[in-house]
Amino acid sequence: MPAPQQRRIIFRHIDEPGYTNDLACYVRHGGYEMLKKAVAMAPAALIEEVKKSGLRGRGGAGFPCGVKWSLVDRKSGKPIYLVVNADESEPGTFKDRYIIHQDPHQLIEGIMISSFANNVKQAYIYIRGEMPHGARILEKAIAEARAANLVGPNILGTGYGCEIYVHRGAGAYICGEETGLIESLEGKRPYPRIKPPYFPAVLGLYQCPTIVNNVETLCHVKHIVEMGGDAYAKIGTPNNTGTRILCVSGHVQKPGYYEYEVGTITLGELLNEVCGGPLPGRKFKAVIPGGSSAKILRFGETFTLKNKDGSSRTLTVEDIPMDFDTLAACGTMGGSGGVIVMDDSVNMVEALANINAFYAHESCGQCTPCREGSLWMKKITTRMVHDHARTEDGALLKSVADQIAGRTICAFGEACSWPTQSFVAKFGDEFRAYPETKKAAKSAGTLELV
Amino acid sequence: MIATPKPDLVTVNVDGKEIAVPKGTNVIEAARLVGVDVPYYCYHPKLSISGNCRMCLIEMGMPAVDPATKAPIMDPATGKQKINWIPRPQIGCATNASPGLHIRTNTPQIKDCREGVMEFLLVNHPLDCPICDQAGECKLQEQSTGYGRGYSRFIEHKNVKPKRTQLGPRVTLDDERCILCSRCIRFCKEVAKDDVLGFVDRGSYSTLTCYPGKALANNYSLNTVDICPVGALTSTDFRFKMRVWFLKQTNSIDTESSVGANTVVWSREGVIYRITPRQNDGVNDTWMPDSGRDLYKIVRANDRLAVIKVNGADASLDEAVNAAGRLLQSAAGAVAVIGSGRSSVEEQFLTRKLADALGTSTQLVSRVGQGDGLLISADRNPNVRGALVTGLIKDLPTAKLTSLGAAIDAGKVKAVVVVGEDLAAAGLSATQMAKVAIVYLGTHANATSTAARVVIPTLTVFEKSGTFVNQQFRIQKYLKAVPGVAGAQDDLPVLARLVAAVGGPILAGELHALWRTLAAEIAALAPISFATLPEAGLLLDGTPYAAGPFVETESLHFNPAAKPAVTT
Amino acid sequence: MKLKPETLRRIDEVIPHYPVKRSATLPLLHLIQEDAGYISSEAVEWVAAKLELQPINVLEVVTFYPMFRQKPIGRRHIKVCRTLSCALMGGYKTCESFEKEFNTPRGEVSADGEVTIEFVECLASCGTAPVVMIDDDLHEKVDCAKAKQLSDQIKAESKKR
Repeated sequence: MPAPQQRRIIFRHIDEPGYTNDLACYVRHGGYEMLKKAVAMAPAALIEEVKKSGLRGRGGAGFPCGVKWSLVDRKSGKPIYLVVNADESEPGTFKDRYIIHQDPHQLIEGIMISSFANNVKQAYIYIRGEMPHGARILEKAIAEARAANLVGPNILGTGYGCEIYVHRGAGAYICGEETGLIESLEGKRPYPRIKPPYFPAVLGLYQCPTIVNNVETLCHVKHIVEMGGDAYAKIGTPNNTGTRILCVSGHVQKPGYYEYEVGTITLGELLNEVCGGPLPGRKFKAVIPGGSSAKILRFGETFTLKNKDGSSRTLTVEDIPMDFDTLAACGTMGGSGGVIVMDDSVNMVEALANINAFYAHESCGQCTPCREGSLWMKKITTRMVHDHARTEDGALLKSVADQIAGRTICAFGEACSWPTQSFVAKFGDEFRAYPETKKAAKSAGTLELV
Repeated sequence: MIATPKPDLVTVNVDGKEIAVPKGTNVIEAARLVGVDVPYYCYHPKLSISGNCRMCLIEMGMPAVDPATKAPIMDPATGKQKINWIPRPQIGCATNASPGLHIRTNTPQIKDCREGVMEFLLVNHPLDCPICDQAGECKLQEQSTGYGRGYSRFIEHKNVKPKRTQLGPRVTLDDERCILCSRCIRFCKEVAKDDVLGFVDRGSYSTLTCYPGKALANNYSLNTVDICPVGALTSTDFRFKMRVWFLKQTNSIDTESSVGANTVVWSREGVIYRITPRQNDGVNDTWMPDSGRDLYKIVRANDRLAVIKVNGADASLDEAVNAAGRLLQSAAGAVAVIGSGRSSVEEQFLTRKLADALGTSTQLVSRVGQGDGLLISADRNPNVRGALVTGLIKDLPTAKLTSLGAAIDAGKVKAVVVVGEDLAAAGLSATQMAKVAIVYLGTHANATSTAARVVIPTLTVFEKSGTFVNQQFRIQKYLKAVPGVAGAQDDLPVLARLVAAVGGPILAGELHALWRTLAAEIAALAPISFATLPEAGLLLDGTPYAAGPFVETESLHFNPAAKPAVTT
Repeated sequence: MKLKPETLRRIDEVIPHYPVKRSATLPLLHLIQEDAGYISSEAVEWVAAKLELQPINVLEVVTFYPMFRQKPIGRRHIKVCRTLSCALMGGYKTCESFEKEFNTPRGEVSADGEVTIEFVECLASCGTAPVVMIDDDLHEKVDCAKAKQLSDQIKAESKKR
């Protein structure tokens, strides 16, 4: 059976010859029609459509967008802010970059609809510092939209006004965490806030109610308005609606981004058919399905899942449909859609050493378990690779990771410990054998990962 | 005295023990009330909650209710309402008491959490306790004993950070010991309003620092040393001087101003090594000024008086008292008494008795400076209100004793009893001082002691016990921390003997006995005895004096009853 | 502080984007770094004064974010992605190629002041690994051959100056 066809909604125009990122081109392709439709609707009705659509956040956590919006404190008398999380930083994820570079008006339209729905008068796009061109493109696009009364004090003559500003980050993964991002936007070190009491929906930016949404999520809002929530909810699978952009990187023939209805494609179809399978002469060894913090899957392992009727089914890694719920049931997550593939040339101790170096570098250092644990894990795996490895190091790594997850201020605790926990759980044999493997590999000139 | 309003109480359950606590009390404090220790580092009751150390993790649950009917869901096994426990541990410091809140601190998960945090805090810690001043009062030591595993699995290289940075004139920083709890940063920002500390770099390499070119020099800087839970911030003055476990702690009062910050004096074998604040939520919270911590140095100052003198010759106390008695009686009708706002309530009472016996009134010398809005008030005498309460004075003091000078010049005053003050500093000329016979009681040499006919050296606040009445009309006691230096006399018996020597009543010179007289004679003090006066003091009724032109402006826990007097 | 008039104009333009001035910390630091090449301690104090903050508030931010630097770097800034997807496709070799080409270890400025080579974390273009940013421009699929080619280009541009 051939792999299902892509369904490009968000990426409809990405890489399309002749499609440019200016307003005229966007409008020629029907742009801002949905904003016109939205401002004629009641804000509450828009929120209802988003709820009905079942849209789940595309930033990593998969939290239902409509629920997030409905949690916003609308009685405080304080302004409500919309903050667009364009701080795309989860290793393996590279979808927002293309939206911002090639189709910025799609995002702006999504922002304006969402702002109108939530009575937001001020939106900020927090974009990665490493995307200077992206920031300029967005600023230019906002200026074009402002000139056309699509952004600004009086949108489409309705009297409703909303301003958008672009705010550049400066190289900190932790700014992807929504309260860390808010702190950063306030001009501080991006230390994530304790929750309770600082839930953004109540005490967010400037202690005002705040919505933080991912770039892709906001783009979906435009299409929900276009189709209606019910119709959108029919795309994908129940509770995993719409399309998802899957970003594939690592050891496949055709890495890249692919947009599918959620859950309609399996990991096996994605990697073997869409991405052309492993590199010549290689075999798939492992895959991280949702950004580098997601727990790794080992090719060859199987998962026994319960069906609704009480029966059970067994899935191989290749069988797993790329939806939030099945991936979660298999002990990992859909996360941000970043699929990182490793083939049999990779030593898992060294791959983990690479990941641990990332998380140790990105830990903000605010709370103890993550601050000390992430660096300790990095020191262990770096020592294993570059100095001496001990057979017991795998067990120690897992124990350190277990002392972090679930005990930190923000989800970085899980993000930095899940790789270690899953690598050691699934490749424990490689960790135990590493002291010997290392001696053999010294002269072989294998892939350098750390 | 003054009653506080009843707070809104809620019942919470801590490890199976129920307790009613004011709504909003955090779990650490609620647990403390039932004797359950929830360990912590970053939490401080007087600072904002940061929740970064993760030591106070607890399990939290709420009574289960049916989402539709809100009816309680009962647990058939226990017959009580079912508790829904949150699987993820929560921090106690940011969890506030709400009706029915259940917490567990004694589960395997919480034990594991604490062991984990302890291990993490120590992996990059230098473990240099043998040379660390914090040893003995270090939370890392205490809690690794109480909650740690007792061994280390860390074989990597520890992070290297600056070892001895002078953050300011009084505070030394060892960054390797710092656990990044941010208490000091929050203190500087929130209490001292001197935002000079911060973290630079990130992750485990984050480093506490003072902005280059600035210094942690505010007059509250040493509070950062007090609240540092580890040995990162140490007092440059106290550093390497003494192990804290050798030190005796004595409750005292900061005499710098009428705020009366509560303090602890730390001493060993009669020598004081440091002064730290003592928590009083009605006065100074947990803070005190740096300037008040240096005051112990007056005990062994070079100008300390230690020899009784009569007409310049060494004398015994009997000779001195008799000489003073004769001198004052011979000048009967022309004697002035200068009391002190730095004397205790008891001393002021006896000074008043002395003035009564001599048929004269008393003046005090005021000391006025700028209030700092926090814990130093404009009135730099600690006990002017004590003088009002004891009836030693009726009018608030002035800085200069102009009327006394005039009376001396007019020949109306022939002898002056001076308790602790310096007439020269109060504006009297050497000529004026030479015209009168002076009886001087005091601790340190000055122009007045030099000019005096009779000099009786007395004790500093650290060498005796007594009470002060602060700006709030709160009477607070201080206790004797160290014995008096050789030759110095206890003020109370000396004053009592002087009263008798000039024909006044026989009064007790012993503190507790004297208090029976105080309570009998002064209505405001009637229900009080020295022994039963609470550590936090007692608020006296200040309304009889409310109109007084006091000089204090607003400070921590104090709002002036009337507009502060304009001072020059 | 000597900033170009254009920088000053943009600074004054960006501050009112926020209801709280402190929020403009990152934008100001970016603008100053673009203008001056790095953030000096004078710049830290200038920003603090401009935004009515204490200098420590700004220093805390400058030292947190890796993109802000407190020392000058080479005229060209080569940032090689170190993170997993790029490493899997040979990112370490790519970085070594640049180091060899310019005879400069990562993290340092070349002797002629022309380049600074750095390993950085994920640049969010994992599908075209290994990636390299040279100044503001992203270069995709930079294997050793392409690293050589980019290096040659930098050297040629440098000669022209």
